[in-house]
Amino acid sequence: MTTAVVRASRAMRRPVRSRALKPWYRNGTLVAGLVIVGLLVLVALLAPLLTPYDPIAQDLEHALASPSGAHWLGTDKYGRDVLTRLMYGARIDLRVGFLAVLIPFVVGSVLGALAGYFGGWFDTVVMRVVDVFFAFPFYVLVIVLVFVLGAGESSIYLAIATVSWVSYAKILRGELLVAKKQDWVIAARLGGMSHGRILLRHIAPNVLSQALIYAMSDIVMDIMAIVTLGYLGLGIAPPTAEWGSMILDGQEFITTQWQQATIPGLAVVVTSLGLSFLGDGLSDLLTPERRR
Amino acid sequence: MLDRLRFVPGRLLQAIPVLFGVTLIVFFMVHLLPGNPAVAILGQTATPERVAALSKQLGLDQPLWDQYLLFMKHLFQGNLGTSITYQRPVSELVFQDFPITLSLLLFALVLSLAISVPLAALAATAPGRGRDLGVRAFTLLGQGMPQFWVGIMLILLLAVKAGLFPVGGYGETWGEHWYYLFLPALTLAIAMCPTVIRSLRASTINVLGSDYVGTARSKGAAGAGLFRLHVLRNAAIPTVSIVGVNLGYLIGGTLVIEKVFAVPGLGSLMINAILARDFPTIQAVALFVALFVIVIGILTDVVYTAIDPRVDLSSKEFA
Repeated sequence: MTTAVVRASRAMRRPVRSRALKPWYRNGTLVAGLVIVGLLVLVALLAPLLTPYDPIAQDLEHALASPSGAHWLGTDKYGRDVLTRLMYGARIDLRVGFLAVLIPFVVGSVLGALAGYFGGWFDTVVMRVVDVFFAFPFYVLVIVLVFVLGAGESSIYLAIATVSWVSYAKILRGELLVAKKQDWVIAARLGGMSHGRILLRHIAPNVLSQALIYAMSDIVMDIMAIVTLGYLGLGIAPPTAEWGSMILDGQEFITTQWQQATIPGLAVVVTSLGLSFLGDGLSDLLTPERRR
Repeated sequence: MLDRLRFVPGRLLQAIPVLFGVTLIVFFMVHLLPGNPAVAILGQTATPERVAALSKQLGLDQPLWDQYLLFMKHLFQGNLGTSITYQRPVSELVFQDFPITLSLLLFALVLSLAISVPLAALAATAPGRGRDLGVRAFTLLGQGMPQFWVGIMLILLLAVKAGLFPVGGYGETWGEHWYYLFLPALTLAIAMCPTVIRSLRASTINVLGSDYVGTARSKGAAGAGLFRLHVLRNAAIPTVSIVGVNLGYLIGGTLVIEKVFAVPGLGSLMINAILARDFPTIQAVALFVALFVIVIGILTDVVYTAIDPRVDLSSKEFA
């Protein structure tokens, strides 16, 4: 008993976060990701200060203008400044992208962790439900759900949450299956600690990093989904500036004004590159032992 | 060989509860519509008679549980309902359009392998060096681009500017079909490549460091011969399961890409059904696609076992 208590107390002193080999600001990928994403967020937040134009008000006299000193990226078919709509679009796409991961992250992680930790019938049920959702291609379920729930921001959150919690559940379950067999968990258990305390205080900080790293690529996937929905005319309703519907509008004029469909897509590319760097950098920082 | 396929019946049994869950989701989709689904489908301006008729046609006048039983009964009879837009059995529409989607999918798979294998080989034979970084940049970009946007860019560059390919459609003859499907297939291949390249690069580096490749080298094997005979076959094995898992995602992409290129496949069927609020068609396509993904999953396991004698899914480990 005494040895168990000693082991448990040692287990409690186990460093919670794996120590990174170098400080975060020396991690080039992470810094690049932070800079790109930071700049995008800044542009989104400051959009009203950065541009003199209104993203929605029409100015039909200046419709489909080519890029010029007044309109750096030209205007769309309603005479709206494309650069302005691009910056206001960042507000919608980034906000929805970042917020949409929250529910699936929490719900999926909790269900997956409980399934992996306790096993038994709960695990079986959760994993069967996960299998069912995995049978539907991501876009099929998201598109159908958004349609059923009615186009708009809250439907997008709900649809994405319904579809993407399963990935977090799978990741956390896998992590828990390994973690619960670790000596320090067994020691904590022998030391008389409750399941809840073990899960929250000791396992969670160690296993959540994988879910956090995945969340970065999940944000990319969600932004792709929002943009795709916008392109299909099922997303954020016009005239709100949103990158996907901007591409849809621009496609009409692809032969004369190619930049209209091209540039919002480039904005998505830059955003996802930034988030990929952030994810890779976080992965180096949080799980240096898994680095290949 | 046959012995190692003992897992198949068990794997099929495992699919039953999943299939059951899939039918539940597809069935309840219609009930997530706010208010009376018949009104939601027909629009607020519909006459009460039409709403009543559609309610009866969809079985909405019965208790939920009976509706589900009826839905399942029809399903077992191969009856997926009647399209509201076309007034034809949905199963006919699905089977008419599915071959087009399937050819697009297979074409994309072939193209993505044609791009991925050489790039992965280039990267894996010089890890950390210039060409490896170049390939990595390509995979990063490939992942960051919205698929439909890649399609529009290909239309802009190869169809509008260069005039090499049609901007969309499906063509008339068999030969034309492949010509028309090239750009959409390339779009999907670009979306698929990053995952395949990454997996193939990692496994190739692994195989190149293995003893048997060292032995082959010491016996004089080198260059393309070594690569084809000894490296690629072994390196391809983990990639098979990665491709299998990602096919589901690729199918989702196919549906959107069909819309971009006006390819008359399942995707166009589904998107048009959504725009027309043709609910039986939406349900049927969703159900059919999910079924297809489940079948692909099982097939992947079979292929995986067939090509790698070391894999034994019948062992207790996987039970």
